[in-house]
Amino acid sequence: MTTFAPPALPSDDKRWKIVNGTMRKNGFSRAALIETLHTVQSSFGFLDDEAIRFVAQSLRVPLSQAYGVVTFYHYFSLKPPGKHTVTICAGTACYIKGSDKLIADAEEGLGIKTGQTTKNGQTSLMTARCVGACSRAPVVLFDGEVAGEVNREQMLAQLERWTVE
Amino acid sequence: MTLEELEQVAKNVRQENEKYDFEVNVCMDLACNSQGAGVLHSALVKAAEASGKKVLIRKTGCMGPCSSGPLVRVDPAKALYHRVKEENAAAIVKSLGEAPVAQLQCDLNEHFDKQVRVVLENAGHIDPEKIDDYIARDGYKALLTALLEMTPYGVIHRITESGLRGRGGGGYPTGLKWSTVAKASGDAKYVVCNGDEGDPGAFMDRSVMEGDPHRVIEGMAIAAYAVGASKGFIYVRAEYPVAVARLTTALREARRRGLLGSNLGGTTFNFDIEIRLGAGAFVCGEETALIASIEGRRGTPKPRPPYPAVSGLWGKPTLINNVETYANIAPIIRNGGKWFFNMGSERSKGTKVFALTGRITHTGLIEVPLGIKLWEIIDVIGGGIPGGHKFKAVQTGGPSGGCLPAEMLGIGVSYDALMAAGSIMGSGGMIVMDDTSCMVNVARFFVEFCMTESCGKCIPCRAGTAQMYTLLTRICNGTGTMEDLNLLERLCGTVKEASLCGLGQTAPNPVLSTLKYFRNEYIDHIVHKKCTAGVCAMQAPVEVMA
Repeated sequence: MTTFAPPALPSDDKRWKIVNGTMRKNGFSRAALIETLHTVQSSFGFLDDEAIRFVAQSLRVPLSQAYGVVTFYHYFSLKPPGKHTVTICAGTACYIKGSDKLIADAEEGLGIKTGQTTKNGQTSLMTARCVGACSRAPVVLFDGEVAGEVNREQMLAQLERWTVE
Repeated sequence: MTLEELEQVAKNVRQENEKYDFEVNVCMDLACNSQGAGVLHSALVKAAEASGKKVLIRKTGCMGPCSSGPLVRVDPAKALYHRVKEENAAAIVKSLGEAPVAQLQCDLNEHFDKQVRVVLENAGHIDPEKIDDYIARDGYKALLTALLEMTPYGVIHRITESGLRGRGGGGYPTGLKWSTVAKASGDAKYVVCNGDEGDPGAFMDRSVMEGDPHRVIEGMAIAAYAVGASKGFIYVRAEYPVAVARLTTALREARRRGLLGSNLGGTTFNFDIEIRLGAGAFVCGEETALIASIEGRRGTPKPRPPYPAVSGLWGKPTLINNVETYANIAPIIRNGGKWFFNMGSERSKGTKVFALTGRITHTGLIEVPLGIKLWEIIDVIGGGIPGGHKFKAVQTGGPSGGCLPAEMLGIGVSYDALMAAGSIMGSGGMIVMDDTSCMVNVARFFVEFCMTESCGKCIPCRAGTAQMYTLLTRICNGTGTMEDLNLLERLCGTVKEASLCGLGQTAPNPVLSTLKYFRNEYIDHIVHKKCTAGVCAMQAPVEVMA
């Protein structure tokens, strides 16, 4: 029986070593698929075909299964994020306090739909199911920083600043 | 580590703390942090250094009333300060040993008087990143007591005696679940903590994991001893990076102290825990889907039986409990089952943590004895509805729960009473709505949630929620007919009866409960083309009566 040799790293980008490290720590077990995809996303910002192929081969998971996992979970993204990301919480408490209007305002202000990135690659617009800061609803994350009790003007002002920064 | 060694550590920490004359605890939870608790903490440290007073300044977990944040607690004066700004730091430090700063004092006596803190007993008092703080407050005493002085059967007996029921929302008796796993045969067993707090509008588990992570670890270790497992997993949402970081630190510290790993307490018991990240799928709160996700697969549920207690992770007997359930274990072991049994109502024992949010004056985290009346939570603890608006409904149980109107506020909060009223206890989200909310739109919001979160495995849920959403959208925009309403009600029954897992079975609840208590709003939308709350934009013109 031949022993399994994991595939070579796709390039000498150091981030692949981090990805490989996660798999090694988990003994290249198939159960480490989601953990590894998390590492890819946190290192590269998103998951592209090359990354999914590499992880699937390394963990001996069928490519279809790896792709199935990536598309099943909302947290994984197949597209590169913009330079900045605005995430509007769409949890129940935020909805009750008008997050649906904030989402519409952001879509109008940026000229894109939720889940898209502006053409110049500056800003991505996302929604979250709940970030757990419900007592400060409505909540918006500007590049991951939680802002509570956000109103339309505050949000649009920040988005405006991002168009040049 | 033995009990004596643990006592010694606790004693050392207490002695160390006695070197300080004052304690200043700063809440660093998400809500307070987003209001500037970080800079406030630095300012307090600076002010304390400049004053020359012996002050211990501590970063703690959630203190409760988030709407009044950032919060600071000063001991031994027992003063709670609210809406503290960076520039108040000097005044607070100056006041130590003198009269408290009057204009910062938080006068929420009624808010706190109704509460009983079991799960949250340490929140706001300890630094979650320091295991010694936890040990100084009787931490890990229950684990060592169980290991050294009790049999696994004795532990299960005590949990059964306490009457504790699952805090994830189902309310299954915890002792019974434990004894099923204990009796299951198998060479390996697993203990899993469900920290996939998917209910949008709830953050109890996040606060517990972030504010008191060792409490969860201790509960899991006791459970593992009771059922005969040596390996545990904590499944946490990836959206909670702070909880993941705190748990990682806590696990490392517990291993360092010999409270996780091999031969715990000098016995032959071995136990360790790994963290697994969720990836944003509500259905993974369902136990069979959660198992699939830990195994690295798509989180689709499986029919039960076999239950995870018999065949779970990798086909082995697996105990799955919610974060808050595990957080209740250590105090039950320490204080006895009867102590816990004596709190709460007839069939719902102990306390429950709720995330009180929405259109209410004091939003935040509360812990109340079960059996407390709903109005006590809303009017007294929550301080009522702000802005002169009128209470309309309270939503419990998230997308699986229901909306209860003013006339139901007299019921006691218990698993059975909430279910009889058409909602569920759920994991602890409690969202208050006033007259600015349209109940049809709220129902549509939840159905949309379930539609997008449906894993797609079974048709009643996948297609049923999509059809329900279409019908509700029609009603919301004024193009719905009474026939649509009729069809919606029939569809609710089908989805409820025929879906495979809890997500689909409970998805119609928000619709059914709003139909039960707010049917007139549906009629207003359909017949009068009118949304009283002014939320829904009507497309169809009002029909002219001939």
